[in-house]
Amino acid sequence: MRVSVDRDRCCSSGMCVTNVPEVFDQDDQDSLVRLRQTTYRPEQFADLRLAAQLCPGGAITVTEDEPATVDG
Amino acid sequence: MTSTPTAPAVPLPAPRSAGCPFAPPPAYTEAAAAGPVTRADLPGGTSCWLATGYAEVRTILSDHRFSADVRHPNFPFLLPGRRKIIAENPSFLRLDDPEHARLRRMVTGDFLVKRVEAMRPDIQRIVDEALDRMTEGRTEADLVADFALPVPSLVICLLLGVPYEDREFFQELSRTLLSNTSRLERLLEAQEELLDYLEGLTARKRARPEDDILSRLAARDDLTLREAANTGILLLVAGHETTANMISLSTALLLDQPEQAARLADPAAVPGAVEELLRHLTIVHTGLPRVALEDVELGGTTIRAGEGVIAMLSTANRDATLFGGADHRPVDELDLDRDARRHLAFGFGVHQCLGQPLARAELQIALATLFRRLPGLRLTPGHEPAFRTDSFIYGMRSLSVTW
Repeated sequence: MRVSVDRDRCCSSGMCVTNVPEVFDQDDQDSLVRLRQTTYRPEQFADLRLAAQLCPGGAITVTEDEPATVDG
Repeated sequence: MTSTPTAPAVPLPAPRSAGCPFAPPPAYTEAAAAGPVTRADLPGGTSCWLATGYAEVRTILSDHRFSADVRHPNFPFLLPGRRKIIAENPSFLRLDDPEHARLRRMVTGDFLVKRVEAMRPDIQRIVDEALDRMTEGRTEADLVADFALPVPSLVICLLLGVPYEDREFFQELSRTLLSNTSRLERLLEAQEELLDYLEGLTARKRARPEDDILSRLAARDDLTLREAANTGILLLVAGHETTANMISLSTALLLDQPEQAARLADPAAVPGAVEELLRHLTIVHTGLPRVALEDVELGGTTIRAGEGVIAMLSTANRDATLFGGADHRPVDELDLDRDARRHLAFGFGVHQCLGQPLARAELQIALATLFRRLPGLRLTPGHEPAFRTDSFIYGMRSLSVTW
């Protein structure tokens, strides 16, 4: 799974950090989203999908790179 | 071609059902059953669309084809006089990007999740001290006046740099501004009084800065005093009245359901419990207004450019496909073990509540501490809870409790 963030769309709601703090951070300087990780374990996939759905600005995109092995 | 909904237009704002103070008005639930997008009649004789479905509400609040700019001539208002008041001094809540983003980004740094986490000891102290004062030498109190209102007022005063001694002044004006029955002249006066107050305060902070939000806004050379005051009003009003009503309503609801209240004793269950309370109560109960900038196909209907729409959060938050499931109670009931994280109680899109990390921390600490310290908490016999029904924010006027 790949995760990308569009900082231009970030509105600093903090939803991603609230729900998946090990992956997402808010920048101390501009308050916009930053990724803490670039590779993800399968047990994080559900949380990452949720973070993308909950982002009010649509700033988080999750790409499933191997659909055949992904649950649900 | 615009399809004509078969459901009758709902008059906004609609009353709640007597005896069901925690449920949305039946008219909204009936509209949701008729379809995700129906019609509503506004006070003053105009009408607009009413979106009640989860997906439609999410789209309206996050799609740039819908505007939050109150200066649009067709912007829908639940109180006709509010157009003049809000459009002359719009906070960033009432503007679209890029104007919105410019002003919002000046204060996002103060509401970062890590900032709020660092404030938890302060919030815990404020909650403990409020409970000390409430219970000292007494066996009965008004939970609204003695706990629910002081806690978020103290927190936002601390953050903004507003003197807490001025609370009666700003709390009363906030209630006037949020009431949907205020007379136009009174609304104008309240707006002016609060603007003058915050402009004066910001000017003093410019001369003698402290470590607070108003001082940081005052120090900027790209912001007028009036703009700083508008942001200050938004943060002050939204920062105490919403959380206060969530605390009092949650308490009233949990006192009626002790087996649910018992879940708050488990620290790991508290964050999820607060999400469910936010979903179930949805205190922004008159919905969020927008106006379409282009024709948009939505929920089997075409909303034309220039038409107003109200996005009803309370019905969206009771969508059984999202929040139901065999393992949980029906969506109309409170279930603190439900995964309610997809709720829209803080809105959605770029205007989603800026203070939500703070609201979550306050609610988690206030409710868990209240039920832990006062295990015998109950309604005072012979005192009926008084709900606040005439406001854009649903809440309570008083809640007499004993312990």
